[in-house]
Amino acid sequence: MANSFHIVVCASIVPDPLQTLEPVDAPGGPTLKNEMVLPAVLDPWAACALYEAANLAAKHPGSKVWLVSLGPKAKLQQVMMTVAQKVPFELVAIDGPLGGFTDAHATAAALAEAIAAIPGLERSRLLLFGGWESAARGAGVTMQVVGERLGISDQFQGVDQITVRDDGGFEVLERVEGGQHQVSVCAGAPAVLGWATGNLPEPRNSPQIGMVNMRGILPALQRARSAKLGANGLSYVSVSLPRQQRETRVVRDMPEAEIASEIVTWIAE
Amino acid sequence: MNEGNEEAQEVERQEMAVDIACVGFGPAMGGFLTTLTRALAGTEAAMESKAMPGMPLQVLCYERADDLAAGVSGVVTRGQAIRASFPELETAGIPMMTPVRQEKVLYLLDPGGASRRSAALRMGDILLRALCGPLRVEQDALELPYTPGFLRKHEGLVMSIGQFNQWVGGELMATGLAQVWPGTPVSTALFDGKAVVGVRLADQGVDRAGAPAAGYMAGMDVRAALTVVGDGPVGAVGQSIDCKLGMPAGHGRHEWAVGMKMVVELPEDTPLEAGTVWHTFGYPEPEIFGFLYVHPERLASVGIFVPSWMGNPERTSYRYLQHFLQHPYLWRYLNGGTMRSWGAKSLEESGANGEPFLAGDGYARIGEGSGSTNMLTGSGVDEAWATGVQLAEAVAELLRAGKAFTGENLEAAYVRRRRASFVERGAQAAKQARNGFHKGVVRGLIGMALAGMSGGRLSLGARIRPAHRQIEPLANFYRRLQPEQLEKAIREARCGGRALHDALMDACGWPEIRYDGKLLVSQQDALLLGGKVQAAAGFADHVIFRDPALCAECAERTCIAMCSGQAITQGEGAAPAFDREKCIHCGACLWNCAHSPDGENSNVEFRAGAGGLHSAEN
Repeated sequence: MANSFHIVVCASIVPDPLQTLEPVDAPGGPTLKNEMVLPAVLDPWAACALYEAANLAAKHPGSKVWLVSLGPKAKLQQVMMTVAQKVPFELVAIDGPLGGFTDAHATAAALAEAIAAIPGLERSRLLLFGGWESAARGAGVTMQVVGERLGISDQFQGVDQITVRDDGGFEVLERVEGGQHQVSVCAGAPAVLGWATGNLPEPRNSPQIGMVNMRGILPALQRARSAKLGANGLSYVSVSLPRQQRETRVVRDMPEAEIASEIVTWIAE
Repeated sequence: MNEGNEEAQEVERQEMAVDIACVGFGPAMGGFLTTLTRALAGTEAAMESKAMPGMPLQVLCYERADDLAAGVSGVVTRGQAIRASFPELETAGIPMMTPVRQEKVLYLLDPGGASRRSAALRMGDILLRALCGPLRVEQDALELPYTPGFLRKHEGLVMSIGQFNQWVGGELMATGLAQVWPGTPVSTALFDGKAVVGVRLADQGVDRAGAPAAGYMAGMDVRAALTVVGDGPVGAVGQSIDCKLGMPAGHGRHEWAVGMKMVVELPEDTPLEAGTVWHTFGYPEPEIFGFLYVHPERLASVGIFVPSWMGNPERTSYRYLQHFLQHPYLWRYLNGGTMRSWGAKSLEESGANGEPFLAGDGYARIGEGSGSTNMLTGSGVDEAWATGVQLAEAVAELLRAGKAFTGENLEAAYVRRRRASFVERGAQAAKQARNGFHKGVVRGLIGMALAGMSGGRLSLGARIRPAHRQIEPLANFYRRLQPEQLEKAIREARCGGRALHDALMDACGWPEIRYDGKLLVSQQDALLLGGKVQAAAGFADHVIFRDPALCAECAERTCIAMCSGQAITQGEGAAPAFDREKCIHCGACLWNCAHSPDGENSNVEFRAGAGGLHSAEN
């Protein structure tokens, strides 16, 4: 089928970053306190990739979107109730930890293994989408390693746009320094695209899309294989959350200009 | 003719047929779906879908919040109905849950002299301070020698409803027999004559006024043989049914409260044990009840209830909560703690007096919105759960018998069960228990004690006015202030952009709150640090001021003072301004309005909206 794609989106779930996150030691390595009860969301970077994938698939009939997601099964199920209403996809679930302290290489290996096992996936039509960054795994290397493990050498990171050409090739806009984009042309699939934010808004919730997706989601969750992502010989010297950026100070009768000036100074620091 | 939102009659809408459409995922719906999915697991022929032949019964639940654990509260409950559903509950590993280990009732005296106490109460306080022995006042508080039986939660549970709901949701979705869709507000019930035939989801891709905008998607009509309404006391579907079918004669939702609380991480050296439960009354104002429940891992839920019968037109929950935290009896344990989360909700306190028609053709109502909360025992979660269980048992019975979901059949199967249960017995005992509060706090306490000790046989009489008429005029309520003091406070509020309630509380002698950045923070910081307001784009404003002319004439503006998220502000127009991105969906605005265009409802309309406050520990 001309210019139709098999788009696999790697989009794991992460603890809602605005909640109180507290690293604690566990036998299998560091984890988050009350990890299983923290609200989880689809990784925001990868969510952009999912919306772009659905948009691309809609423009190219015959295309199909798979969502490969790693997380605790119970949390995956909960998050999918929201995600499933957004765009059509087929879920490939991997049962694993939520916290983001796992080694990116081990995570990538689990994702690559799950992708390689997707029935009917055609490598010549494969576009591997994911987040350029991650709210949980900030190393920014997971997608690269997944691509390498699958033998895909055409890789683009920080992608904001893909435009498919008539000949099956596509043009990609990647973010570079100075707020500019680098334009690349790729001859065609397979390729890895690590998305920045893209240009699409979050789709509206559609109950009908949700109902259709849900027919596949529950069986996928039941089939989910467990990924062994423990410390595996790694030793963690320390783990910490990003430094607190929020500072609260109460002032009265401060002129707006002075407030603005102070904020500018704070940002500059 | 089928009806929904009449304004949108001409819009072409997608339709979907299911067997049972449910609205709102709280404890009541948890009880309903848990019990129903267990009945469905038998795969009996009667449980086959009529909407989708060949499939199992299609049971869908729509929840406005973006997750199943959002925007609800920490509680202490006897938990008899919940335990009946989950005999192994305590070993299920639900965070923040622990058995009640010790329980106290505390009368909090006024340590600073700013509390608005009657002469009788002040005299009582003086006498109490003079007492010694077991009834000695310590840290400005009197520990009652025992907890009255009707309040007692011995053998109960301290828990977080957020965490409990999340666990229940996970358990029942794992069955695959019910779907719970978060982030999906429902705007109204669909009617065919007086029968409810389903629900209409809220329109998306609209502007603030609800007019189609970019990406417009008309809310889908979900048609169902049975609509289960569990969307709470301010839910849009419950309101639409009340509006269409009215309330039973003599019933009305006239008594409300805002429950506002924080989850606090207690200092490392706290002596408070998990399972400690304190009920308080008397401070910061005599009308305000409070609580402290200690969860495992040094977490505590601390909060207050500000009732509608506190006629203060400038009542405010947040500042009162901060003074409550700093009462000497509590502060010695809370000082050095850190706020982990914060939240608020409206409590429908009319109980049986506010009970709507529990069932009719095609619908049934469960939970708080159905009047199940027992305000004598201060218990609502277990009662709500029980009503859900009762309805599920009734639905399973009707399905097995091949009977339709008519009002008559639901009345026989569901309402009959409810009337025979502890929910009804408690509701009747509580029905008149709080009447006295409408004539003063002391009379209220006496009336409550009478009803509690006599099982409701004795009570004080009162005519309870609609909530909007319980709000007193500003000058009347603040007569303790000199007219010039009142004028000054009003002037400061108008000119300085300061909240009027803050100015008035200062004038009454309440000390300034000295923020510590951890537990004592500004209201906006509580909003930011204590949770996350979800306000998905593309939905209309859900708080509407019906008649701006009434707002223009309003001197009280109680809606602004009582807005838990400071989402309602003065604004530049006749009506106050509403900021959806700060709204935590507590629904307080609905009943904190002193004006009524129709004599019964206030001038504020609270419609279906997506999102709300999201906090896992709330």
